[in-house]
Amino acid sequence: MTMIFGVPMAVFMGQLTLGLVNGAFYALLSLGLAVIFGLLKIVNFAHGAQYMLGAFAALLAFNYLGINYWLALVLVPLTVGGLSMLIERFLLRRIAHLDHLYGLLLTFGLALIFEGTLINFFGVSGARYATPEILQGGLNLGFMFLPTYRAWVLVAALAMCLFTWFMIERTRLGAYLRAGTENSQLMQAFGVNVPLLITLTYGFGVGLAAFAGVLAAPLYPVSPTMGSSLLIVVFAVVVIGGMGSILGAILTGLGMGVIEGLTKVYYPEAANTVIFLVMILVLMLRPAGLFGKEA
Amino acid sequence: MSDSTTLSAPRVVAKRKRRAGQRRALLYAALLALGLVAPFLAYPVFLMKILCFALFACAFNLLLGYAGLLSFGHAAFLATGGYVTGYLLASYPGLTPELGILAGTLCATLLGALFGVLSIRRQGIYFAMVTLALAQLMFFFFIQAPFTGGEDGLHGVPRGELFGIISLRNHLSMYYVVFAIFVLGFALIQRTVHSPFGQVLKAIRENEPRAISLGYNVDAYKLVAFVLSAALAGLAGSTKTIVFQLASLTDAHWHMSGEVILMTLLGGVGTLLGPIAGAGLVVSLQHLLAQSPMGNWVSVILGAIFVVCVLSFRSGIVGELTALYRKNFK
Amino acid sequence: MTQKMTMPRKALVTSIAFAAAAATTSAQAEISDGEVRIGYLADMSGTYRDLAGPGGLTALEMAVADFGGSVNGAPIVLFSADDRNSADVGANTVREWIDQRNVDMVAGLVASSVTIAVTKVLEENDRLGIVSGSAASSVTNEHCTPNHIHWVYDTYPLANGTARAVVEQGGDSWFLLTADYAFGHALEADVTRVVEESGGEVVGSVRHPFPTSDFSSYILQAQGSGAKIVGLANAGADTVNAITTASQFGLTQSGQQLAGLLIFLNDVHALGLEATQNLLLTTGWYWDMDDQAREWAQRYFDEVGSMPTMVQAGIYSSTMHYLEAVQAAGTDDAQAVRAQMASQPINDFFARNGRIREDGRMVHDMYLAQVKTPEESTGEWDLYEILSTIPAEQAYRPLSESQCKLVQN
Repeated sequence: MTMIFGVPMAVFMGQLTLGLVNGAFYALLSLGLAVIFGLLKIVNFAHGAQYMLGAFAALLAFNYLGINYWLALVLVPLTVGGLSMLIERFLLRRIAHLDHLYGLLLTFGLALIFEGTLINFFGVSGARYATPEILQGGLNLGFMFLPTYRAWVLVAALAMCLFTWFMIERTRLGAYLRAGTENSQLMQAFGVNVPLLITLTYGFGVGLAAFAGVLAAPLYPVSPTMGSSLLIVVFAVVVIGGMGSILGAILTGLGMGVIEGLTKVYYPEAANTVIFLVMILVLMLRPAGLFGKEA
Repeated sequence: MSDSTTLSAPRVVAKRKRRAGQRRALLYAALLALGLVAPFLAYPVFLMKILCFALFACAFNLLLGYAGLLSFGHAAFLATGGYVTGYLLASYPGLTPELGILAGTLCATLLGALFGVLSIRRQGIYFAMVTLALAQLMFFFFIQAPFTGGEDGLHGVPRGELFGIISLRNHLSMYYVVFAIFVLGFALIQRTVHSPFGQVLKAIRENEPRAISLGYNVDAYKLVAFVLSAALAGLAGSTKTIVFQLASLTDAHWHMSGEVILMTLLGGVGTLLGPIAGAGLVVSLQHLLAQSPMGNWVSVILGAIFVVCVLSFRSGIVGELTALYRKNFK
Repeated sequence: MTQKMTMPRKALVTSIAFAAAAATTSAQAEISDGEVRIGYLADMSGTYRDLAGPGGLTALEMAVADFGGSVNGAPIVLFSADDRNSADVGANTVREWIDQRNVDMVAGLVASSVTIAVTKVLEENDRLGIVSGSAASSVTNEHCTPNHIHWVYDTYPLANGTARAVVEQGGDSWFLLTADYAFGHALEADVTRVVEESGGEVVGSVRHPFPTSDFSSYILQAQGSGAKIVGLANAGADTVNAITTASQFGLTQSGQQLAGLLIFLNDVHALGLEATQNLLLTTGWYWDMDDQAREWAQRYFDEVGSMPTMVQAGIYSSTMHYLEAVQAAGTDDAQAVRAQMASQPINDFFARNGRIREDGRMVHDMYLAQVKTPEESTGEWDLYEILSTIPAEQAYRPLSESQCKLVQN
């Protein structure tokens, strides 16, 4: 081992890198939440559970159907996202005209159902999902040993974020979506099928969560409770970034990953709490979040 | 709620109001009587648990149902009341329970004032998220602070003697103390809701800009409601700690904040009796399921209730019953 | 809602009561209500579900059935409840069991917070509790009562066994990953003491929040410390996460070794041998340690579908010992049974050289084990190799260091 451990700068750089990897996860998850919030105005409390479902689907697909990681990375988000469109179509749509807090409560109930059911069938110990062969091993960055898989997570998550950003900011569909976020009644009047757009958006947002779940499967034990602890952190990220802001979610996700990573060095006990502190401070100073528009 | 007036003749309205008032008084009297005989019909400790959570839910409902503010951090007040009371009573044997409860409630009130000042200007989702974040900070504090016993919790809180005279070790005497506290808390909420202050709160809930344009200091009204709600939640936590002789992190976890929403929603948001019915139902359900072969499915069943409630019974048990009553008997 | 409280609902009761034939009435009179009532309280749906949970209930039912379903003609009745890892719920359930159903003994008891709360209720009402799942050694130290027995293991032998063995093998510099709550702090203190006593040194530690899902940052700090051994003073999902992450970061390849202080069979099974191989740990029992253990484990496996953890085996063992004591004492009175239990040594498929001390600690032989490599393992559950036995009298905290109020020092 030729790494320079123990040198403060090296430790610092290492933590920074790991913070970015975690931040990429936060970015991906909060992006999904932000997209959903933007159009549906619903805080999707089932997001953590849907991330967990993504990881589970990858695991089960591998164990029972022999579907490998790469295929799962494509198929699982499509499946989970597709199924969640049914949730939107048959549950969320029925309460769309009400106070949006009801959406939060409904999805909270769904999260309880998903988690509880899987706990009954698979227990809570969690199962392991093998890292694909080509991504095993690690990279020597000079200041640290970075497992290849984590590097891949960073690349894949950022690519997906970029893709989403491009879709929303630079395509016609994205233009509809942005316009729908501003004024969906007007869009309807212009002949755009807004209900369909909403269904697709929810499916896409959840698909992003499932994608993150598949990415996470080889990193963490796949267990029914893996999403619930992440959920409120991701909420905080979205709120800090400004609800509904795409760029805000991505940048804040990365930023919070880094802040959390550094907290783990200087005051590890508070690592789970620091994000909430940041959130309170940000909302004191900028009520609509860092990148949000004043309502 | 009950004063929906479509008739023009003032005398008829007055008569109706009086009748409604009489009916309500009758209902409260019946419930009071039920509460007094209940410990002879059912297991008192179980009833005390329901009463504590009912008070907690009523406090929460004051905020959600009458001021339209969804707090996702009410667990912090419940836990603060519980920990402070528990710590004081366990460490100072001379202290009587009523002083312990007073101290716990006071701390929760102060915390409520702090939370309120920080969060009250935010609306809707932002308000929910700020309260959640603040409650998470409190959760961190409870884990770190040595006096709470961290994960192990705070144990061996003595029930003691009320005013130094009446021993609370007996379940029955404890029950009547809890019942008295609950009735006081409920009466305070009832008075608040029906006072001019409560009417302004409702006006704010219905249309905030209009309330502002009418010259009301909206933030001040909301803040008072928030602090009152926090104080009552703290009172519920303090009482609960004395009943069960322990305080634990369960009360501070954000799941507890979720649970109180479920109770209120299930019973009926914005109805006075709703949270009581909701708390009774949720506590009984958890109790029944925990000891049945279906025990593993507790969270699934609670989740399903959440979903069904939101989809079909948004006005909750009491809300639906009131509607039924209005439809058939008027 | 109120009616159900006045009468125990038959449907809720897992009754294993077999119609007792005309039994000797003299003994029956000594058993309260003519029934031996046992309540099983454990986490049935949360973090510790796989450690004790429904499998523990099955083990308890097996013990009752093996005993014949009745004691001196008095049927044995079982109740069970999920404590959801909440001290509130646990203490309440037990209080109600006592007040409403006159339960004689409470078994299971996993999360330490629940156990401490429940034993306070048991002491107040003079009933017996047998703790099989909890790790905290404080259960029979500062929180000891004359009304409970701690059966399977606690943190003291875990730290003692694992840390001492590791230092003796040359692992004399340690870095600790500690869960930031009472249990983690206690374990950290125990390990530090043992390591220093054995001539080693703790060069650093980091306290991570409980629970933590991402350990990469802490593993990096551990790597940076240069310690030979990275000790995991945490439990459950945290330990599992830490081990997974350590294997991803090539911790063992870079010359460091992991020492798990609180790790169970179900954890190793979930993690897989690839990530856990060569991990040293201390256990109170292992299903494959000898013929007796294997025989019982196989019966359990046929019922449940997975191999028993030491906690599940301990539930069977302790219940048997309890029922034998009730039979011998001819009563289910807590203190009489407690005294009878303590008067008999325990040597069964689970415990060797076991005895119950006055602080309520059941001391028995513990085992230092090493997790097998994938090549060594011959089956799904072939996970440990037992390296050595830690004699009962050396494994646990000596009474001379006890803070228990029942111990005269």
